[in-house]
Amino acid sequence: MSDKVATRAAYGKTLVALGREDERIVVLDADLSGSTTTAEFAREFPQRFFNMGIAEANMMGVAAGLAASGKIPFASTFAIFATGRAFEQVRQSIAYPAFPVKIAATHAGVSVGADGASHQSIEDVALMRVIPGMTVICPCDAVETAGAVIAAARHDGPVYLRLGRHPVPVVMPKNHVFTLGRAERLRQGSDVVLLASGLMVSVCLEAADLLAQQGMSAEVINVSTIKPLDKAAILDAAKRCRAVVTAEEHSVIGGLGSAVAALLAQKCPTPLEMVGIQDRFGQSGDVPPLLEEYGLTPGAVVAAAERVIQGRCMN
Amino acid sequence: MDITTKTRLEKRAREMRRHILRMIAAAGSGHPGGSLSAADIMATLYFHVMRVDPQRPNWPLRDRFVLSKGHAAPVLYAALAECGFFPVEELTSLREFGSYLQGHPDYKQTAGVDASTGSLGQGLSIAVGMALAARLDAKDYRVFALLGDGELQEGQIWEAAMSAAHYRLGHLVALVDCNGLQIDGEVERVMSIAPLKEKWQAFGWYCLEVDGHAVDQIAHAIDEASTVRPTVILARTIKGRGVPFMEGRAEWHGKAPSSDQLQDALAALNKEDEDV
Ligand SMILES: Cc1ncc(C[n+]2csc(CCOP(=O)(O)OP(=O)(O)O)c2C)c(N)n1
Ligand SMILES: [Mg+2]
Repeated sequence: MSDKVATRAAYGKTLVALGREDERIVVLDADLSGSTTTAEFAREFPQRFFNMGIAEANMMGVAAGLAASGKIPFASTFAIFATGRAFEQVRQSIAYPAFPVKIAATHAGVSVGADGASHQSIEDVALMRVIPGMTVICPCDAVETAGAVIAAARHDGPVYLRLGRHPVPVVMPKNHVFTLGRAERLRQGSDVVLLASGLMVSVCLEAADLLAQQGMSAEVINVSTIKPLDKAAILDAAKRCRAVVTAEEHSVIGGLGSAVAALLAQKCPTPLEMVGIQDRFGQSGDVPPLLEEYGLTPGAVVAAAERVIQGRCMN
Repeated sequence: MDITTKTRLEKRAREMRRHILRMIAAAGSGHPGGSLSAADIMATLYFHVMRVDPQRPNWPLRDRFVLSKGHAAPVLYAALAECGFFPVEELTSLREFGSYLQGHPDYKQTAGVDASTGSLGQGLSIAVGMALAARLDAKDYRVFALLGDGELQEGQIWEAAMSAAHYRLGHLVALVDCNGLQIDGEVERVMSIAPLKEKWQAFGWYCLEVDGHAVDQIAHAIDEASTVRPTVILARTIKGRGVPFMEGRAEWHGKAPSSDQLQDALAALNKEDEDV
């Protein structure tokens, strides 16, 4: 696999490029500009960068005011503070008036590592997905992040971009064109479909290799836009494969798995297994043992695929 | 404060600084700057002021401590280990997978930790709740909270300040580690919080200012605290205090020293010991 790059790094770079093209782009941060990588934008466009200090709720309100006045604000901090601390400001001041504020939050999931539970957001997708009109994107790698940042800027409405701290493999082709709302099939298969977001996309590609060795054909789809969901692509795959596994670095409550479950239950009941964090908080540790502990590994995806295929046969 | 007590507390603070550096170096990540700046405050609290018993971490009458600036967990763990809440040898398991010494304080896992913190701005509210409960239960414990100066940018701090004054919490003492730095640089450049003393006073608090590295001044200020309204002590400190190459440098907010840097840092602290 190619070199690993954190999605947050691709965010900072793309933001600078966007800033050169479009004067309306403004960036806000809450004393984490090095970690979120907005510092790169701040260096090149100091007058369009606002460090709001450690005051996330105010930052979201200020972003709303900037958007109300014709700007396209990107507001960044860690995912738990962007969506948790400032939830109601995002809902009321940004989403209700449908302002084009782009909440680009880094350090999502347990792959934050040693900082531990207080900094590991496993609820942010649920919190943002439930807000009417909010678009939710969780890119799988640096290439897709670059495309998603540009698409978010062009989208006329609020967007939540979920980014990671930890370097992840690049799985999308270099020339990939990101299309908001489109799930991308990365691998064709017929026995089971693996629907993944974020760092679980590369994990599912590895799982598909392992399944192939066992004679099982797994399709892999990158569902980076979690809302609005690409219903057509998901229903098509579910009908063909008749067994579904979702995989996300997030609680199984309220995230990608929940979104897919609701869709399938209503339109095409299909055996489903959800790989994700099982209603627990995170904890300190290096990333590999954490992914192992929370069942976010190729092996865990393989086990889920075996269970769901077996369940289908028993029906 | 008599000279023996002063010398004893200063020695304890240096020992805590050594622990802080060793455990962060062992973890390979963590927050040395704001842990070192708070070492003298924490030594004074845990070894001179607070009523705690390491044999009874849940003793109902113990004084409570809330580390609102939770990223300074190493200084809290160093104090608790030195007190005997858990073995000093365990400190180097900081941030390891499965360790009870989590990256940020975890109330459920660590003996002596009274509040789960790490998300800035929330600790003072928890302290207010503890102080209200003391009154409700007619218990005479006191509540202490340590805040960062950057942390004061959070609106919730001022909501907590308002409520503490409203309820006249004379058994609540907040200490602010005024090291002048946050992650992105100087507090006054990132987002000004001045004038601090006037702000706290306007919120109804009794406000004192001390040198946050002078254990006698810290202890004296706590003695002077009001008993009829909440008291805040603005402790002027140096971020990274005790380690020359870390002092006053924002880049040492959240970075582990290499093994060579650790040796240099420990040598500087040992020299301070000898100079006494
Ligand atoms: C709500 C929240 N926002 C952001 C952070 C990330 N963060 C950790 S420490 C820190 C800077 C703290 O500065 P200060 O309060 O002055 O602490 P000190 O200088 O004593 O380390 C920030 C922004 C956090 N932990 N919580
Ligand atoms: Mg500070």
